[in-house]
Parts: sequence; structure tokens; C-alpha cells
Amino acid sequence: MIAYNTAVVLLGCALLGLAAGTVGTFSLLRGRALVADAVGHAALPGVAIAALIVATLGGDPRSLPPLLAGAATAGVLGVLAVQALARTGRIREDAAIAIVLSSFYALGVAILSWLQTQPGAAQAGLSKFILGQAAAMRAEDAVVAASVAGVCLLVCLVMFQRLRAVCFDPDFCRMQGLGVQKVDLLLLGLLVLVCVAGLQAVGLILVVALLVLPAATARLLTFRLPRMLAISAVIGAVCGAAGAWVSALRPEVPTGAAVVLALAAVFTVALLLAPERGLLAQVYTHLRRRLAADTEHFLRAAWEAQEIAGAGPGTAGDRWAPIGAVAAARGWRIGRARRLAFWLAQRGLVARADGNVHLTPRGAAAARRAVRAHRAVEHHLLAAGATDIASADRLADLVEHGLPPEMAARLLPEPSALPASPHQLGERRP
Amino acid sequence: MTIAPPLSVSHLTVAYGERPAVWDVTWNAPTGLTAIVGPNGAGKSTLLKATLGLVPALSGEVRFFGRPLEEVRDRIGYLPQRASVDWDFPATALDVVCMARYPRMRWWGPVPRRHRDAARAALAQVGMEGFAERQIGKLSGGQQQRVFLARALAQDADLVLMDEPFAAVDAATEQAIVTVLRDLVAKGRHVVAVHHDLGTVPDYFSSVLLINARVFASGPVGEAFTNANIGATYGARLALLDQANVRAAEARAS
Repeated sequence: MIAYNTAVVLLGCALLGLAAGTVGTFSLLRGRALVADAVGHAALPGVAIAALIVATLGGDPRSLPPLLAGAATAGVLGVLAVQALARTGRIREDAAIAIVLSSFYALGVAILSWLQTQPGAAQAGLSKFILGQAAAMRAEDAVVAASVAGVCLLVCLVMFQRLRAVCFDPDFCRMQGLGVQKVDLLLLGLLVLVCVAGLQAVGLILVVALLVLPAATARLLTFRLPRMLAISAVIGAVCGAAGAWVSALRPEVPTGAAVVLALAAVFTVALLLAPERGLLAQVYTHLRRRLAADTEHFLRAAWEAQEIAGAGPGTAGDRWAPIGAVAAARGWRIGRARRLAFWLAQRGLVARADGNVHLTPRGAAAARRAVRAHRAVEHHLLAAGATDIASADRLADLVEHGLPPEMAARLLPEPSALPASPHQLGERRP
Repeated sequence: MTIAPPLSVSHLTVAYGERPAVWDVTWNAPTGLTAIVGPNGAGKSTLLKATLGLVPALSGEVRFFGRPLEEVRDRIGYLPQRASVDWDFPATALDVVCMARYPRMRWWGPVPRRHRDAARAALAQVGMEGFAERQIGKLSGGQQQRVFLARALAQDADLVLMDEPFAAVDAATEQAIVTVLRDLVAKGRHVVAVHHDLGTVPDYFSSVLLINARVFASGPVGEAFTNANIGATYGARLALLDQANVRAAEARAS
């Protein structure tokens, strides 16, 4: 049985993650990921000044609404400052964000330090806004988180088409008179809302992670925007709850850090393992392509070794060719050629004996296709005057792979025949 | 009564920083197919964008069919440069083409069926009906260009402004674009296109605007697209490749 208080915290953090996941998706696609960072950092002086004012007026400086109002005001001011700086044209937006973010944050730190030297309780608990303390969440705060999540979800679903269009091609939308500025302002408003709601739970330094990481992770996992939105929201919610849970079990771990570490772990896993966009998938694709290219190069070299040995273009493929000759023709080390020969023998494309290879019927057919593609590209490059004989061979090596046979036929003067090589065959310097 | 030209620009000047990109351009686009031609950095794209209010003009006035842009937005279509967007964006070809219909839709909710159908019809017109649900990032460059073309068609505009529609496309796409251009003109629509290939100007377009920051010549291709005007427009900046293109154009003209 989870304690009531823990349940409140878990629910609050999950809803916050959900809101950040949805809003973060669009702000990432609009190229505004760093703006969230600026909002978070710029909020600190707002919190400090609000506490100061409330304390001066004799109120309770720990009451949340004025502090959050201060944070929101300062956050918006920070973003406006970024835009004003960027619009001068003297500074790029990334530099403008760095300047505003650090200046506002420094101002906040200065005011907080000064508050601590003052008598009274104005500074009490303010430092929790820097790193976050979800354990302090009360039922009312969870309600706030729920409202923010509801608003964000509703706006993102209802305005889905508009938001997507503005993120994809703002100029086209502007040309159509679609109110790009209004959509941008709306998105910024949601961003500030999430940042401010997240201040108490994850803290102003780490709130940016809540907005960026779920969206960036979802981006790796899908090419569809509706799915990306859903995945991002779920990741935000699950990691928000998980972080709060860890922080509840081990109170010495700040909630913000726990949530962000959970998000970072999920992101890392996705970065490595995502289908298509993941690093492993890309390495696999790269290696597969290289092996396919090596295969074609090997088969062609084996074919051409026989042409050199005197077989006419029509009869090559029937004789044995030394692996050493293949390696020399490609400029490969002998070991690489031997490994390839082993691999091709496994696939039934060549037979091996005594350091020689013999093309099987399947191998000979593949070799013939590779030779044709290579010579077609060479012929085309030379006919177009795009290169000289000395470079045509190497250039063709780069582009011939995956050339469909009918395309090769179109490039050749005699579509059905196998042409002779335009250059001398033989050894190649690596 | 005289009919207002599809696009008329008077004394338009645009500058990036200190450098003027478009200098005091006064020009009436004729009906039909018009090419805007000039060397790299001559302000061709900037001129298009400035007429649409996408880059701020220092001075000048722009009229579409005799009216300011705000009053006739729904009659204007736009095909931006392909490189102006991130094609890795999570959207399908159909999603992108549907964006052309947003001004006719309410601001919330999904795309209504009839607009979806119009978008599909536009995709079919450019030979891309089989790719509607394809992720745009998985299309070839030429196919992406045709998606943009379909989007411009789905706007169902009387005047379409195109920014380098033929840039870096394959033969099939080039043919699809030419067919679409001719269809548009046959339906009484107008096209103004920034064009970089001097050799194909006489084949594809009926009128031409030669520009290098300021206007050097304009009019029907037969009258304005002369060696003297091309030479003056390109001036000392005539690059080797352009020279080859000019020679090809000359060969065709003679």
C-alpha cells in the first residue's frame, strides 16, 4: 500500500511528465528546445523577488501561488529578452539564450544570497526551486499539475494540425496568413506553463530535460507525429513517476535528478537500440552495405582476373582465379580477400581450392551483373566528359552499387552485350 | 477596362543588413508562365519572398490582381525552395499536401474528408498518388519536390509563385513539373518561377524577367531574352557554367 502522500507525489510527477512530453514534442520540432532552458533559469529571480515582496507585505513567503506567478513573469521576460537580442542581428539566437539564461540566473542567485543575510524567513525553502523537491508536493500541487497536463494535452490535440504545419514550414503558413505568431505564442505559453508547474518538482535547472528528453527519445523511435506525441507523453509520465518513486524511497536523492536520470537512461537505450535511427541499427546498415559493396568488388575482380588471363568477356567466369590476383586488383590485404572468399563460399557464390576461387553459376551471374554495372557507369562518366580514364574506375566503384540492371542497360551503347573495360585491368595501388 | 496583372511590383527595395538584394524593382508580371532569371545572389528568391511578405521590404508596393496580398491570399499559391524545410520532419506526403488547405479549414480538429481528397488529387496530378502515406524523409529529392508542387496545386490558386522548382530534380520530376505548368496555363492560371537554367527558359516559359538586384529586362521571351540582355544581367559575374548555358540557349535561338 502506497502512502497517500507518496501517491500524490507520484501522480503529480507523472502528470507533469505527460504535459512536458506533449508540449516538448512541438517545441523540439519547432527548434525551440533551448528556450525551455532559458525559461527555467530566468524564473529564479522571479521566484526570489516574489518571495521578497510577499515577505515585505507581511504574507507567508512560502505560499506557492505568488512564487509561481513571479517565476512565470520572469520566465516570459527572459524569453522576450532572448528574442529582442536575437532580433538586433548582432548576436545569434544560441548566444542570446546563453547570455539571458546565465544573467537571469546570476541575478536570482544574488538576490537569494542577499535574502539569506536578512532577518526573517523570506529565503526559507527557496533553494528547493533550484533542484526540486517533489516530496513537498501537496494534494493542491497535484491538482495544479493535473490542470496543466489537461490544458497541454487538450491544446496539442485540438490544435494538432496547426502546430504541425507551423513546425514544419512556418514560411508557408505565414504566406497563407495562418497566424504563425499566434501559434508560436501559444506554444511559448504552454512551455512557460510546464516550466513553472515543474519548478517545484524537478527544479528550474532540470526542467528543460523534462521538455526535451521525452520528445527526443520519441523522435528516435518513430517517423509518425501522432505516435511521437503519444510515446513522448508516455515516456514523460512513466519517468516522472519513476523518478518520484526513487526519490520517495531514498529521500537523499532529489526528485529532479532522479526523474532526469530516468529520462536519460531511456534516451540512451533508444539511441542505441532504436530500429532504423538507433546507433546499432546504423552500424548494422553500414556494415551490410560495405559487405554488399565488397562482395560485388570481389566477384568483379575474380571475373576480370580471368579476362586478364585470356578469357574473352563472354567466357570469363568458368576458370579458376587466384585470390591473390583479386586482392591485388582491389588493393586489399590478402587476409581481407581470403575472409571475403570464405564468406562468399558460405553463400554459394564461389568455390575455393588452393588459394583460388571459382565462380559458381550463381556467382558468375552476380559477377557479370557487377561488371556490367561498373562498366556502364565508367562508360557514362567518360561519355559525359565528367572524368578521365584514370579516375573513372574509382568513381564508378563509389556509385555502381545498387544500380538496377535496366539502368545499366540505358547507360551502355549496346544494352545487351557485356562491354570490354575502357581501361587496362590489373593491379591497383591502394 | 484594363485587367490588373497577376503580380505588380513598384519601387520594391529589400536589403539584408547593408547590402541591397533587390533594388528599386518595378515590374508587372504578365499572364501565363514567367521566369525570373539572374545570376546567383541576384535577389530572385528575395524578390519572391518580399512580395509575399516573408522578408521585410525597405520600400515599395506589391499588388496581386490589383489588390494588396491580405485581400487575395486565397488566390496565391507558393512553392518554396525544397531546402527551406527539414525533410526529416515526422509527416507523410499527404500530411504536407493537406497543409495547402488549412486556410479553408477551421483552426481546430482533423482535416475534413473533402480537403484530404483534394490533397490526394493534387498528389495524383504529379504522379505521386502511390506515395501519399510515405514518410517524406523516405522520398527521393525529386519526389519531395513533387510533394511541394502538389501542395502548391492543392492551394488551387490563380497565381503560383515558385522558387527554383527545377533545382536538382530528376528527369521524371522535371517532366512532371513541365506538365503541371502547362496544365495551369491551359486553365487560365499564372505562374512566376525563379529559374536557374538559362538553357530551358525558351522551352518552358513565355515571358522572362532578367534581374540582378535591379531589373535589366522583362517581356516576352522572344523579345527580352536576348544575348545582349543576358550578358548585361550576368555582367562580369558570368560563371563558366552559365556561359555554357547561354551558348546552349543561343544555339536554340538561332
